[in-house]
Amino acid sequence: MELYELTVHELQERLSRREICSQEIVKSNFLRIHDVEDKVKAFLTLTEELALQKAQEVDKVGNYQSIAGIPMGLKDIFCTRGVKTTCGSKILANFVPPYDSTASSRLNEQQGVLVGKLNMDEFAMGSSTENSAFFATRNPWDLERVPGGSSGGSAAAVAACEVPFALGTDTGGSIRQPASFCGIVGMKPTYGRVSRWGVIAFASSLDQVGVFSRDVRDCALIMKIIAGHDSLDSTSADIEVPDYTAFLDGNVKGLRIAYPREYFQQGVDDAIKEAIKKALLKYEELGAIVEEVSLPHSEYALPAYYLVAPAEASANLARYDGVRYGHRDFEAGSVVEMFSQSRAQGFGDEVKRRIMLGAYALSSGYYDAYYLKALKVRRLIANDFDMVFKDFDVIVSPTTPSTAFKIGEQSGDPLTLYMNDILTVPVNMAGLPGMSIPCGFDRGLPIGMQLIGRAFDEGTLFKAAYAFEQNTDFYTMKPTLGVK
Amino acid sequence: MALTIKEVEHVAMLARLTLSDDEKLRFGEQLSSILNYADSLNVLPTDDVEPLTHILPVHNVFRADEARPGMPREEILANAPQAEEGQYKVPKIM
Repeated sequence: MELYELTVHELQERLSRREICSQEIVKSNFLRIHDVEDKVKAFLTLTEELALQKAQEVDKVGNYQSIAGIPMGLKDIFCTRGVKTTCGSKILANFVPPYDSTASSRLNEQQGVLVGKLNMDEFAMGSSTENSAFFATRNPWDLERVPGGSSGGSAAAVAACEVPFALGTDTGGSIRQPASFCGIVGMKPTYGRVSRWGVIAFASSLDQVGVFSRDVRDCALIMKIIAGHDSLDSTSADIEVPDYTAFLDGNVKGLRIAYPREYFQQGVDDAIKEAIKKALLKYEELGAIVEEVSLPHSEYALPAYYLVAPAEASANLARYDGVRYGHRDFEAGSVVEMFSQSRAQGFGDEVKRRIMLGAYALSSGYYDAYYLKALKVRRLIANDFDMVFKDFDVIVSPTTPSTAFKIGEQSGDPLTLYMNDILTVPVNMAGLPGMSIPCGFDRGLPIGMQLIGRAFDEGTLFKAAYAFEQNTDFYTMKPTLGVK
Repeated sequence: MALTIKEVEHVAMLARLTLSDDEKLRFGEQLSSILNYADSLNVLPTDDVEPLTHILPVHNVFRADEARPGMPREEILANAPQAEEGQYKVPKIM
């Protein structure tokens, strides 16, 4: 077993027993990265020199607590002081933030070692990472397929053992869907659980920071570090963060699990339905109570999301005006022309579409019909979940309607690509915690199971996820980095 | 509904995006198809539903009015496409 194949908690054990040092781990990860990165293309920026320096410092101090000395990757949406942060966009191609995001600085404080910044759909808008302004990332399970998105670089890098864990963000499924496509663990915590400060904004009432890892324990460990109130983000919740590893007891006896019938319709592949049904049987076998429920407004979550998210995006992305940072068209004659030309040159098509869609939904004469209507439907979706969580602890469903699709297969029509998020978007609309864990394979491609919990009850998700993981071996499977 | 070219031009102006004629046609079609999809919400009666603008019951959060060090001006201006004498520089406005 090479060091780059180990999980965070395995590395922690070996470090604390002084069997290895951080420099050995970081070198091992970079060997792996240089070996496979040509195929996977997960990273936009590698910080090898900084990483080796940091590892050396950690080894010098020799205090291997928490994630000290352990490599990590960050989606290129997290501001990193002195390290280029592009958000997958040409408009920020040369942006070097003067400060760190709260989530990444909490990892830095624990002496995690940043190895690089990971590819993503431009401004986190997309479900395949093909919307990156730089290049497409590939799925380690089949290099001709997408890793999912928008945090596709994070998912691919963790699945390909380039890093043991990575951070991503999830606005409509951007952690859970790529985790599912790449056969790893991904958690989007409750809205407000992790500070969004220094995370480049897409849709501020939906965006949430979360974790990619190769097992549930690692996810719980990292969540504990990044979660919690931050005075720099007034929407971060001042609610105590429990020790999530305390939930990893494998005991789901009496746990009440609901599966919504609507999540097994809507064009979900048969192989995926079957894998989830089998997982539910496994839960019953382990002593959980499993029942079918209804979330009647499910089908309206996606159309409502595609009004709310673009509306917020159109406001958030107004800041890219070519004045303070980012691309500027120097040919423009007037200031307004400079704004419009700089933005036209700097943004890709999907970003332009969503900005215009949002501007339209918010514009005079259409505000009530589109934006306000979507907010009302959002209430109905949240109410659906509230009803179910009166009687149940966890909701289980497929994460995605299909397994990873081929590069280029869905790039023609925006609406087709949007359908990928049909099972993940409702969770963001309701602000709840959601997780995807590996639960099977279809023709060699991973299938993900989505677990949804009550607000701020990530602990129960870890409990349920861990019990399933430890009683199955899907999470031990490794991709071959070939073509199927 | 289908957006007219005039409507596409109006929304592009609101969004401060210069579009080519070809883009106006293409985005017009794509936005129309997404808006048609959004129209599926109209079957739901929502007259008595309170809009959900924010998932947490958050209110304005105030901090004590104490001066704190800001970020160094040179570091901030280092990202500016054009700066002069410690300030951002833009084309003439007046």
